[in-house]
Amino acid sequence: MSILVDQDTRLLVQGFTGREATFHSQQSIAYGTKVVGGVVPGRGGETHLDLPVFNTCAEAVRSTGANASIVFVPPAFAADAIMEAADAGLPLVVAITEGIPTLDMVKVWRYIEDRHTRLIGPNCPGIISPGKCKAGIMPALIHKEGNVGVVSRSGTLTYEAVDQLTRRGIGQSTCIGIGGDPIIGTTFLDAVRLFNEDPDTAAIVLIGEIGGNAEETAAAYIKEHVRKPVVGFIAGQTAPPGRRMGHAGAIISGGSGKASDKIRALEAAGAIVCASPAEIGEKVQAAL
Amino acid sequence: MKIHEYQAKAILAQYGVPVPRGEVARSVEEVEAAAKEIGGTVVVKAQIHAGGRGKGGGVKVAKDTAEAVEIARKMLGMRLVTHQTGPEGRIVQRVLVEQTLPIERELYLGIVLDRALGKPLFMASAFGGMEIEEVAARQPESILKEPIEPGLGLTPFQARKLAYGMGIPTPSVNAAAAAMIALVRAYEAVDASLLEVNPFILTRDAKVYALDAKISLDDNALYRHKNLIELRDLNEEDPLEVEASRFGLNYIKLDGNVGCMVNGAGLAMATMDLIKYSGGSPANFLDVGGGASAEQIRNAFRILVTDRGVRAVLINIFGGILRCDVLATGVVAAAHELKIRVPIVVRMEGTNVELGRKILTDSGLNFTVAEGMKDAAQKVVRLAQ
Repeated sequence: MSILVDQDTRLLVQGFTGREATFHSQQSIAYGTKVVGGVVPGRGGETHLDLPVFNTCAEAVRSTGANASIVFVPPAFAADAIMEAADAGLPLVVAITEGIPTLDMVKVWRYIEDRHTRLIGPNCPGIISPGKCKAGIMPALIHKEGNVGVVSRSGTLTYEAVDQLTRRGIGQSTCIGIGGDPIIGTTFLDAVRLFNEDPDTAAIVLIGEIGGNAEETAAAYIKEHVRKPVVGFIAGQTAPPGRRMGHAGAIISGGSGKASDKIRALEAAGAIVCASPAEIGEKVQAAL
Repeated sequence: MKIHEYQAKAILAQYGVPVPRGEVARSVEEVEAAAKEIGGTVVVKAQIHAGGRGKGGGVKVAKDTAEAVEIARKMLGMRLVTHQTGPEGRIVQRVLVEQTLPIERELYLGIVLDRALGKPLFMASAFGGMEIEEVAARQPESILKEPIEPGLGLTPFQARKLAYGMGIPTPSVNAAAAAMIALVRAYEAVDASLLEVNPFILTRDAKVYALDAKISLDDNALYRHKNLIELRDLNEEDPLEVEASRFGLNYIKLDGNVGCMVNGAGLAMATMDLIKYSGGSPANFLDVGGGASAEQIRNAFRILVTDRGVRAVLINIFGGILRCDVLATGVVAAAHELKIRVPIVVRMEGTNVELGRKILTDSGLNFTVAEGMKDAAQKVVRLAQ
């Protein structure tokens, strides 16, 4: 099985006609994902990739029965696009867009808080349930259907880990990139809880990095509730404090957000923490 | 983006936060004019993007204009070293000349983003003048916190709660509350990622002032603040980092000898970690972006080898969708064009990886092709020795 997305996911693409959106929609469709249409204000009525384009999310949901959307809208308009998707009642919104102003995301957070929408991202590679649905920009080829759940703040580092798993013949139930921004919808805690409750996920891979304390929060939950093996890696052990390491959220500030604290918390929770990212595959294999 | 104290104070003043009267000066003459204009005792404060200036000799009180000029002569152009600058320090190119005030009490006010709450958090403490991390370690209960609801700002009742909580005497409560509300307005208006007033002072005549101010701006929001982009001071940044930012590259200079070129921030950090784990030391963090085009690779290469400390370069690209033959062609062309002499270890994954490796080995250049991250890190560390 899988979490959040599967063969019943009907995906809408916001910002559908853009270059990136077009490329990745083609990839998703080729993977077998049910992409049902797109939203581009002002382009309603057109057809793109043989699929209908709508002016508004509400209209698109009514016409297509979409139950998820993926956002490729440029940063200045992305927060609005996420809120529009929530307003249209979409239960899942995956925001790929990088560079959304933090205070815009503060508003989005508050807006979706009392609506039935789960946000993944922003600034993330998206989510894939191998063999079923790809709502993201990750390379499909490296994935394989199976029973390991992967959750990560990073893009390419996740591909690295997934690739190691697949090469060892270990498949994945679902892989979620939760995003590198300071304010994100779905957290490590949310993802770990979902994987823990999923009967077909046998082990969890958690790839964190410096900044914030979301890894520590997840560790507290793991300690209390998770009996499945958890394999972790925290990037940024050599990162200097006070510097933003590429991701808007990857910064050690005021003595908090250090890799060492996260590693300690995960280890205390019984997780197997890899000292090197090259070990993720073998540690999972040993734990299964 | 960081800005200077005088720039932060100008923003605060614009939103109604009381700040001391002062003027920025770039020369001894300008200091003299400013001190004369303000009159009496003034304070001369070095403007660099780092804290701890007082201890490093970057904040001095002058009883008159002549002394201010004397201080300015020494301070302008000096290399100011604080616990935040690193041993190389920063050259002082501007100073802020300000009136002095009769301080009664020093408090701390700050606004930070609380990731778990998903909103900004106002922090206030009666212990001003020392670093908030120190206060948090010693007396965490003394730090008062109020979440800022989007659209509401800091409400008057929250501001009063904080003011009374810090023990501000009644005659100053209204002024303090107004200043706090104004701070939040400023924070939101400029899309700050951090705002600190330390100390926030009460004077003997019951007035309040932001005696120091620190603002960091959210880089993602700068597109809607054209006027704030001008506040960037390139002198405060590493020249290579400035150069990299012009090409949309995320580059941070470190002091090791293994140059790294990686796509994706997480993988770039993990690559640095792995170099350290293999007994080496990374010379930089460099994320060329998830896609990594040939043009990005060329620019990244140029910046990497400009760093004289670099003894070997590790290219770690997890392409996925990216074609490795395209990547390899780009790397070879850039290495040729830039006449790169240091050994280069390439680890790449993605479509057409075999073809990519062949292009590298057939190029006649000093490439080492690695299998997997671990192998790559070990090889590059050996070559850098």
